[in-house]
Amino acid sequence: MNTSVENGGITRSDRPLRVINSTPDAITKAKRRIRRSFRQIRTETVFRQTLMIIGLLMIVLVLGILLTLVVKSLPSIQALGLKYLWGKTWDPVQDIYGAAPFLLGTLISSFLALIISVPFSLAVAIFLGEYYPNGWLPDFLKNAVELIAAVPSVIYGFWALAVLVPIVRTFESKIGVAPLGQGIFASSLILAVMIIPYAASLGRSMIQLVPSQLKEAAYGLGATRWEVIRSVILPYTKSGLFAGVLLSLGRALGETMAVTMVIGNTSLMPHSIFGYGNTMASVIANEFTEADKPVYVSALIELGLVLFLVTVVINLIGKKIIDRFTND
Amino acid sequence: MKKNLLSFRSTLTVTALVLGSMFTAMSLVSCGGGGTTTGTDSPASNDDALLGAGSSFDNILFSKQFSEYNKANGLKVNYQSVGSGAGISQLTNKTVDFGASDAVMNGKQDSALTSPAVHIPITAGAVALSYNLPGVTDTLNLTPDIIAGMYLGTITKWNDPKIAAANKGVKLPATAIQIAHRSDGSGTTNIFTTYLSKVSAEWNTKVGKGSAVNWPTGVGGKGSEGVSGTVKQNPGTIGYVEMSYAIQNKIPFARVQNKAGNFITPTIASVTAAANVQIPPDSKVSLTNTDAPDGYPISGFSWVIIYKEQKYNERSQERATKLLKLLSWMIHDGQQYSGALNYAPLSPAAVNVGDAILKSATYDGKPILQ
Repeated sequence: MNTSVENGGITRSDRPLRVINSTPDAITKAKRRIRRSFRQIRTETVFRQTLMIIGLLMIVLVLGILLTLVVKSLPSIQALGLKYLWGKTWDPVQDIYGAAPFLLGTLISSFLALIISVPFSLAVAIFLGEYYPNGWLPDFLKNAVELIAAVPSVIYGFWALAVLVPIVRTFESKIGVAPLGQGIFASSLILAVMIIPYAASLGRSMIQLVPSQLKEAAYGLGATRWEVIRSVILPYTKSGLFAGVLLSLGRALGETMAVTMVIGNTSLMPHSIFGYGNTMASVIANEFTEADKPVYVSALIELGLVLFLVTVVINLIGKKIIDRFTND
Repeated sequence: MKKNLLSFRSTLTVTALVLGSMFTAMSLVSCGGGGTTTGTDSPASNDDALLGAGSSFDNILFSKQFSEYNKANGLKVNYQSVGSGAGISQLTNKTVDFGASDAVMNGKQDSALTSPAVHIPITAGAVALSYNLPGVTDTLNLTPDIIAGMYLGTITKWNDPKIAAANKGVKLPATAIQIAHRSDGSGTTNIFTTYLSKVSAEWNTKVGKGSAVNWPTGVGGKGSEGVSGTVKQNPGTIGYVEMSYAIQNKIPFARVQNKAGNFITPTIASVTAAANVQIPPDSKVSLTNTDAPDGYPISGFSWVIIYKEQKYNERSQERATKLLKLLSWMIHDGQQYSGALNYAPLSPAAVNVGDAILKSATYDGKPILQ
């Protein structure tokens, strides 16, 4: 690139004569071109480096959060040890902290919500991805589902308390359990509504990515639409669908406000899905502001650490399952 | 190409440096101080606005008082309603001029302070027991025994003989009693559980008192609105809410028998009356189960907490004087705004004690208020 343009034209006698334009005008033009290409290279480098720094910052952020949680929960870990994980009593007055009721409450309510929501999100994904990808009704449905994800969770909480809980109470008195209304079941229902969009959106884009040759080949062999969905689309997209479900589960595990408004917030062990319960996130939200002893604060932060680790473990298991799906 | 590689390396070095310093900063932050705030700026370095943090119960009254005081004296006060516990920890970290709390500081909080703090009673509040009992139009009478029995789970039906004995002539249904309590830590819970610990030995040993306790029974609602929502929706439910909230939202609540044997309706007057008792010089007294014959028994003070020695963190004497003058105004002239906002004005006894405490505050060893 960097030729000696400054010296004017270069000629070679043994070759057919090739004169490089060396008028001042042409030289400045060439210089400008060179300068521009250098600038382009520099922009490229700066852009790449910016991306890298931001990427690394994300890692630092996650590690920083983990580090802070560990350091801040040290007093509680030292005072309570591993008993914290399976202790059944949470008594701030006597400084006895056991996370088992909340750990169990979190897992039960989240998985129950997942079981309730999966049929709906799968149905929405197939409907929008395969049956009606275009048109005003599918567009409307798509926007409505995305809106579900955009509504603040406190609004779900209010709605659940005012509308859902009385319905649940009627339902409970019909099936013959104590008509409490609030409780794990009500919170799982509202959680199920809240997490539908995550699995549905991802599932829809996955289904749209299925190569049309595969589907056409199946139709050519005489498959019905249901058979194509069952034998071509679902097997082809299962890892993507599962990833969407995993995303929903992550959301359900950490949801705080809507859950705390309807779950009943008791520190006793949950004994039935229709009984009262509590989750780790909602205990932290409820008790953090008024925690008046160092060990108490630390025990609440340790609850956050446990929640963090539970999310990590579930994600790792999910990744393993996705890998297995993809390999065969 | 080589130049490129070089610059790539230098970026890596720079990134590593940035990350390294961030880690150091973070570990410093996470190791220093157990409080919720980690800001290093002291209140003294700020502009002339005074800073306060704490009780959310006090917030409405404080907003009114501070805005009136600002109109009259041009002093700005920024109050963060973050909860009593968080207010105390901000005072401990010296990031505010005063903290506000619905409970006196406990031993552990006290020992975290670098220099002694004083409590000034600022207003009084009460806890009302609201209930939902279809078919019963009379206001119910409750004795301490009944309340403790309900919250311990030993009294389970509304037509229990104990409730019937306190409410002669009222036809009580055989509905099951459902208990509602606060799920979030709160001063309201603290006043209520302190009361129960005083009147019931069983409650004292089994549950105890605090801003969050291990409830033997019942459902937890978030905030006063959560508890009252649960009560409204479920026939047979009883729950405790802050009195001002119950009055504003016109929720029916019960009369409670006090130590003298009288059944008292929670009102602003009966709460002020509850505070008209012998108050110790440090004002750290729980008004629950008051001796006053016309006082409502589930009442409590809310306090402003300041350092007794006001010279710390390069605070100016001017700032300390401003703070003390503000507090003095709040317990005297500022009390006129209480009634309209459903807060109970301080009793004369409480104002006297508060005055004496404010006069005991010093700057560099010398008293601030004359």
